[in-house]
Amino acid sequence: MTAPPPLLAIEGLHAAYGLSRVLFGISLQVEAGECVCLLGRNGVGKTTTMRSVMGLLPPTGGHILWKGTDIAGWAPHRVARAGIGFVPEDRRVFAELTVWENLDVAARAARRDGKWTIDAVYELFPILRELRNRRGGFLSGGEQQMLTIARTLMGNPELLLLDEPSEGLAPLVVEALLHNISALKEQGVTILLAEQGVDFSLALADRVYVLEKGRIRHAGPAAELRNDQELRNRLLSL
Amino acid sequence: MSPSFLFSQFMGGLTTAMFLFLIASGLSLVFGVMRVINFAHGSFYMLGAYLAWQAVQWLHPTGGGFWLAALCAALGVGILGVLTERVFFRALYGREELYQLLFTYALVLVLGDAAKFLWGTDQLSVSTPPALAGSVRIFGTTQPLYTMFIVAIGPAIAFTLWLLLSRTGAGRMVRAAQMDREMLDALGANVAAIYTAMFALSAFLAGLSGALVTPIQSIVPGMDVLIIVQAFIVVVIGGMGSLWGTFWGSVIYGQVLSFGILIFPGFSLFSVFALMAVILIVRPWGLFGRPL
Ligand SMILES: Nc1ncnc2c1ncn2[C@@H]1O[C@H](COP(=O)(O)OP(=O)(O)OP(=O)(O)O)[C@@H](O)[C@H]1O
Ligand SMILES: [Mg+2]
Repeated sequence: MTAPPPLLAIEGLHAAYGLSRVLFGISLQVEAGECVCLLGRNGVGKTTTMRSVMGLLPPTGGHILWKGTDIAGWAPHRVARAGIGFVPEDRRVFAELTVWENLDVAARAARRDGKWTIDAVYELFPILRELRNRRGGFLSGGEQQMLTIARTLMGNPELLLLDEPSEGLAPLVVEALLHNISALKEQGVTILLAEQGVDFSLALADRVYVLEKGRIRHAGPAAELRNDQELRNRLLSL
Repeated sequence: MSPSFLFSQFMGGLTTAMFLFLIASGLSLVFGVMRVINFAHGSFYMLGAYLAWQAVQWLHPTGGGFWLAALCAALGVGILGVLTERVFFRALYGREELYQLLFTYALVLVLGDAAKFLWGTDQLSVSTPPALAGSVRIFGTTQPLYTMFIVAIGPAIAFTLWLLLSRTGAGRMVRAAQMDREMLDALGANVAAIYTAMFALSAFLAGLSGALVTPIQSIVPGMDVLIIVQAFIVVVIGGMGSLWGTFWGSVIYGQVLSFGILIFPGFSLFSVFALMAVILIVRPWGLFGRPL
């Protein structure tokens, strides 16, 4: 018996925006139930990696294996229906739809039944229940971030790609969000997180990949970075 | 000017308005959702008229069978809409307006020639369906039942479209696609299929209005270009992509045309163009539109 393939395995991923090449052979794996963090400064390619997985930016080389099947180049909606949910960094709630409409649209889009229903996401983010009739465009940044996560959950993803969820939020809001994402993790949602902030990511992650200029510079358990101040400085404060 | 004369001008304006709304609604829908300006929309309308005539010939060469013929024509144009969307329009999404303009204009020429080739250049006409052939007297005027029908069907279609878009799950998907296509795709929706469906609906409405106009206007080459200009004015007045804007834009257009002719006889379109100019200066985004 061979071991089952990892939930997500990226092998030698290359990606480019037109002629400008951004990713140079990224390889990483995410096992079911893990929280893996892509750590790196501005512009190292975290978002690009996620967009490539989602099919929003077809890779120029390499493989993206989802439960062993190569999904590189699939249309985004196929990737989503296969069970990968994407929470983009710029949030992109449907501004003129209400909170409830945003959630309903997402459920209709993914057509994946599971434990995440509108009531279940209201349970996770009670504020969204109160704001259910408010338009997405009239929410605060933190509320929008919660709505974006809730909206993606409506597709019952097996893997959640979370791109810089803490970006631009006030410390108190970040605290609350951290709590929500931990709750998700405890409920068994597999997460691939992209972050610049060490504190946020190390509080959540089991394993970390540090990216630099489109390459993986370091891979290892999050505990290693949590405990080793010197290693952290060397990798991240360049 | 007697009240009955004014009323009959008003009804004339309303009939024009509701026809224009049927046509312009599809134009507005495609612009609102896909941001494509489809100049060939008038050609779909013209094909609806020819197809209705053709279907009447096949079904009941002696006259009759109008409703079935109109439905067949609208469906036929809807199918043509699906084909052109799948093959051509798909390549235009997100492209510059200039490409859209050139391509859809080329389509106008091709479809115009195709119609001449298939149906010749003679005027064709279809008789009024017997059930609506009579007339009623209102305010001392004689109103054909068929125009009353058109005046009723305009608001009915406006209301149906509004319900579809604002109160159904499918409508929410369409509005989401309009706001952020890529995001909706990443959430799992097949946005390409949504676009095709919207385009089909738009072509269906164009075909239906072409079919419905046949009992009161003869079918001639050139009706495509004539109508698209008017439909455009309506959409611009109302605000590109706004359904109710298109509706009220049509009503205003119809009335200004109808009463403007009394003030400037011989320059029937003058008042309409003047109106459009004023609105574009005061509110460049149209009455119900929003600044881009
Ligand atoms: N649409 C685009 N067109 C061209 N270049 C782009 C585009 N988006 C990103 N880039 C470039 O690609 C590189 C990687 O960008 P990416 O957004 O993946 O970085 P990131 O790690 O997510 O950064 P951040 O922390 O700022 O979100 C950057 O150098 C950026 O300038
Ligand atoms: Mg980023």
